[in-house]
Amino acid sequence: MKRDWLPLLLIPALMIGALPLIGSPASWVTLTVAGLAMGLMIFIMASGLTLTFGLMDVLNFGHGAFIAVGAFVAASVMLALAPWMTADSIWLNLAAIGPAVLAAMVVSGVLGLGFERIIVRPVYGQHLKQILVTTGGLIVAEQLLKVIWGPDQITLSRPTALRGAFLFGDVAIEKYRVLAVVVGLVVFAALALTLNRTRLGLLIRAGVENGEMVEALGYRIRRLFVGVFVVGSALAGLGGAMWGLYQETVTAAIGAQVAVLVFIVIIIGGLGSVGGCFVGALLVGLTANYIGFLAPKVALGSNILLMAMVLLWRPQGLYPVAKR
Amino acid sequence: MLRSILSDDLPKSRWLALALVAILVGLAVAPFLFPGAKSLNVAAKICVFIVLAASFDLLLGYTGIVSFAHTMFFGIGAYGVAISLTRMGAGWDAVAVGVVAGLVVAIVLATVIGLFSLRVRTIFFAMITLAVASAFAILASQLSDLTGGEDGLNYRLPAALRASFSFGDTLFGVRLNGRLLDYYLVYAASLALILVLLRIVNSPFGSVLMAIRENPFRAEAIGYRTVVYRTIASCIAAATAALAGALLALWSSQTNPDTTLSFDIMVDILLMVVIGGMGTMYGAVIGAVLLVFAQNYLQDLLAIANKALAGVPLLANLFHPDRWLLWLGVAFILCVYFFPAGIVGRLRQKR
Repeated sequence: MKRDWLPLLLIPALMIGALPLIGSPASWVTLTVAGLAMGLMIFIMASGLTLTFGLMDVLNFGHGAFIAVGAFVAASVMLALAPWMTADSIWLNLAAIGPAVLAAMVVSGVLGLGFERIIVRPVYGQHLKQILVTTGGLIVAEQLLKVIWGPDQITLSRPTALRGAFLFGDVAIEKYRVLAVVVGLVVFAALALTLNRTRLGLLIRAGVENGEMVEALGYRIRRLFVGVFVVGSALAGLGGAMWGLYQETVTAAIGAQVAVLVFIVIIIGGLGSVGGCFVGALLVGLTANYIGFLAPKVALGSNILLMAMVLLWRPQGLYPVAKR
Repeated sequence: MLRSILSDDLPKSRWLALALVAILVGLAVAPFLFPGAKSLNVAAKICVFIVLAASFDLLLGYTGIVSFAHTMFFGIGAYGVAISLTRMGAGWDAVAVGVVAGLVVAIVLATVIGLFSLRVRTIFFAMITLAVASAFAILASQLSDLTGGEDGLNYRLPAALRASFSFGDTLFGVRLNGRLLDYYLVYAASLALILVLLRIVNSPFGSVLMAIRENPFRAEAIGYRTVVYRTIASCIAAATAALAGALLALWSSQTNPDTTLSFDIMVDILLMVVIGGMGTMYGAVIGAVLLVFAQNYLQDLLAIANKALAGVPLLANLFHPDRWLLWLGVAFILCVYFFPAGIVGRLRQKR
């Protein structure tokens, strides 16, 4: 199969196109790194959603709940480990973040397992009910978060080692954003390797293309789906934890807010496509940061505009998944 | 006579008919039965939300598409009237301009969104409307010169709708002032809009919508352009929602993002339609009444439970008065699973 490089070229095109508009190369570098960091965080959260859709035709409107849960769990762990967070040693800082992120992923993953069982399973194949029930799940989850953690927002400060910025001449790059980019790239690489180089990935990709055929060959696609759902939820939890540290506040509404970005990304990418999701997330992150710098008033509309333009070009998203 | 007013869509259940008559009469005599500004406010809100929920039902229940942008159109209608009353002064010409402007914007926007996203799949529509609506809500709070930002707009209503306007003494101890007139304006307009919606869903056009809901592929094969029908349905729903918004603006003399554009209101509408019963206009009516009541009285009930459980750590929070949405959310999920036809469907079921 011939690879479709055009959408990939959009990212450098966008970067280069923004340079003359922004003018100063120093701010351009800062904005680009910020955009990449934001995009990769969104990608982490969105990848599971797009895969579950591709695999079982299930669109989970409650995906935001996992993001919020991840953020809250991570925040709790980090607050409990506050002395390590404020310590002046990067290793102690990481020793606090590590368990926090891990806890966030585990709790979100377990929640995903329950969510799949209780909320999603009874409504396979019924789109309308799926949208309604998962939205209901989001409402209930958001309220439960308020029950457990209280209705007020939690303030979360970044650990000492991740505050401030690296300075190269007059270019300032926030340290946390570098970490976000690294983690995002690692997740992307891991996903890409799993999907393209392992037997499991082969089955998942085959399931996205034609689920019935995979079933006919004797593989239980349901089980595969549950696995993908859980991993997707755990990744959403990871993304939520990172997003919480990025914003330095955690509220119960965080899930619904970020979910909007996630939806825009998977629509742009083409429902079901991980590669498209990656490109879409980077486009959204970069555009949001560039426009936020150039014209702050319209920044929030810029994502919609981006989505509209992509859909005008390719109505099914950047990388349409062939089957549907 | 009754048959033709209701477009031949009778309640078909004794209890449902009873409930509807009770709502109709109750709202008609509400100003006299429950005097006081607060209860009148609740009654007017019920009227507005009945229209809003019914127009959403046209989309969700009859056409089978989920839109998360319904509050956006509601807000467009409300802000249309609010902005024109703020800019042009408190006259009826301003109201007319506001309503027309709101309608035009709502219909144009609904057409654009529909043509963009309804061609592909309905699931696209749900996501795109969600994205557009959230961007719109943020835009409305950003453009503070026009919309008053987060605080919204406070404006004066036309003279005939103000409390200071009086058209006679008292009747049954209730002062005949502009507020009363305003309430009956909202009531009459809501009733008319509901009857129009009933007419629409029971017309041949409505039948096509239901056919599309049941099997879009087949409807297309028979020769109906599903994109066109779905887009027209979403335009009608958007226009009706805008009118409901205009009514709210005319009632409350203030319009802000929280009362018109927030996602919470979208959730409320969703709950109203699903719990009341999708695909039956009457379900929207029942659901709207129930939910507005629940918002006002479930909290009191929960407060009692909360007090009783004051010592228990987590349970007490679970029954905190502010958590009423949790319980309605659970009811919502159960409804979708076990009573997809909602309260009305249950009442209509043959024993």
